[in-house]
Amino acid sequence: MNKRTTEREAVAELRDGMTIGIGGWGSRRKPMSIVREILRSSVKDLTVVTYGGPDVGLLCNAGKIKRLVYGFVSLDSIPLEPHFRKARQAGAIQAAELDEGMLQWGLLAASHRLPFLPTRAGLGSDVLAINPDIKLVRSPYADGEELVAMPALELDVAFIHMNRGDVRGNGQYLGPDPYFDDMFCRAAKRRFMSVEKIVETSAMANEGPLQTRIINRTMVDGVIEAPGGAHFTECPPDYGRDEKFQSAYAATAKDDAAWQEFKKTYLDLENEAEYQKAVGKR
Amino acid sequence: MSQSGIGGGAATRGEICAVAAAEAFRGNGEILASCFGTAPAVGARLAKLTFEPDLLMTDGVCTVVDNPAPVSGPAEPAVVEAWLPFRTIFDHLWNGNRHVVMAASQIDRYGNHNFACIGPHAKPKAQLLGMRGAPGNSISHTTSYWVAAQTKSVFVDQVDIVSGVGYDRAAKLGKASTRGHDVRFVISNLAVYDFQTPDHRMRLKSVHPGVSVDEVVANTSFELVIEGKVPETRQPTDEELRLIREKIDPKGFLNKEVPNPA
Repeated sequence: MNKRTTEREAVAELRDGMTIGIGGWGSRRKPMSIVREILRSSVKDLTVVTYGGPDVGLLCNAGKIKRLVYGFVSLDSIPLEPHFRKARQAGAIQAAELDEGMLQWGLLAASHRLPFLPTRAGLGSDVLAINPDIKLVRSPYADGEELVAMPALELDVAFIHMNRGDVRGNGQYLGPDPYFDDMFCRAAKRRFMSVEKIVETSAMANEGPLQTRIINRTMVDGVIEAPGGAHFTECPPDYGRDEKFQSAYAATAKDDAAWQEFKKTYLDLENEAEYQKAVGKR
Repeated sequence: MSQSGIGGGAATRGEICAVAAAEAFRGNGEILASCFGTAPAVGARLAKLTFEPDLLMTDGVCTVVDNPAPVSGPAEPAVVEAWLPFRTIFDHLWNGNRHVVMAASQIDRYGNHNFACIGPHAKPKAQLLGMRGAPGNSISHTTSYWVAAQTKSVFVDQVDIVSGVGYDRAAKLGKASTRGHDVRFVISNLAVYDFQTPDHRMRLKSVHPGVSVDEVVANTSFELVIEGKVPETRQPTDEELRLIREKIDPKGFLNKEVPNPA
């Protein structure tokens, strides 16, 4: 079995109005080469579910997002993603803002094929006021407690980025945190995994301990080899965050000429190889 | 009262705030202490190094470390106690074993908190951090708040949107849902507040040295509970000042977050 594919083929499966999940967390191990391909495509009106980072800022800027389901959008070293802030303050997107734990619960519910999972997170706060579609549920047991029924966040397509993978769709993270990438995959109908490096299945044991092998091939439909694919987010131990690049990106939120220059230099390119070449030229 | 000679003189306002934040963790024992903002981060480290040695602290990413780094960055290799990736954070905090100090952009008399946005949520005048973990934190475990610059537009009659749940809203939820709800302290650059009143309205607990009750009232939009003569927030000891200046905050970040009054 060989599930090898490309960013272009994966993104070609997207249709206007689809719900997509993007793995990683903030400005950490994001499948950015796929995000950049979405920017090149004509797809629009997406619902995006994510622990947001520059993926969200870039997709907002390109007008790709109709509705965003999120707990935060951050660049980590810059607490609030400035392009996301700009889009929000312009009222450009529908904001389904959740408690961070509710987002995990919604992904877990979808990955277990449950309609919802109960939680106390959200009770008493305005999360329920700004998400009127989220209902309460009463415990059927003696306690009778009323809880938030966090609905399953079912995804049409999920995109994640791993350090290593094989052509069959087994994946391995080598950094400190798996984030929620396995849940994104199980919550989605179609799943694409980009990896820093495709290796033989037998070689994955040499890359890291057994516990790093969180993605198995039932969870993945397509594997994309994308060295540097998480740039400019971090992807340890392969590389850290490109803070210099990120600062320059962030600064373009307040300077349209700088944004146009950034877009021309790094986004209006034919493909990911051209992007990596442009980044290398700095 | 101590007037330390270390680092050249009396405690700065920022250092007073850090000690007030340390005091917020007194008696907490073996729980996870999480902090946002410099004064709370210095305070938790100070508590751990002195009267609350059993506190757990993270490296801000995904490990519990026994030697939390100075606020300016690591000075020595981390001594890792445990792995706490993001997916287990909610297990940990919904279990109740945590005291978080979150920054507040707005807070009201019952401890309803906002750091999500200013103005209508559909099109905010200012997008702030968003809900982040505040709804789940505040309903699940002990929560305190930090305000680096208290004004009437922070201590407000009504917050624009509720991210952290206050006492009046919690009271409507019933006992089972709020077993973990405990908004304990609000610490600002001017004073320390708690909710130890019959109806859980915010009470002025102590004013920082050099701050008058009038100054506090002038920077608060709602009516505070003020009982008799308000005590002064305690001064750091010589040993605490030494730890702050030499070990925890050697670059003086505290005094940038809270400028010392002229």
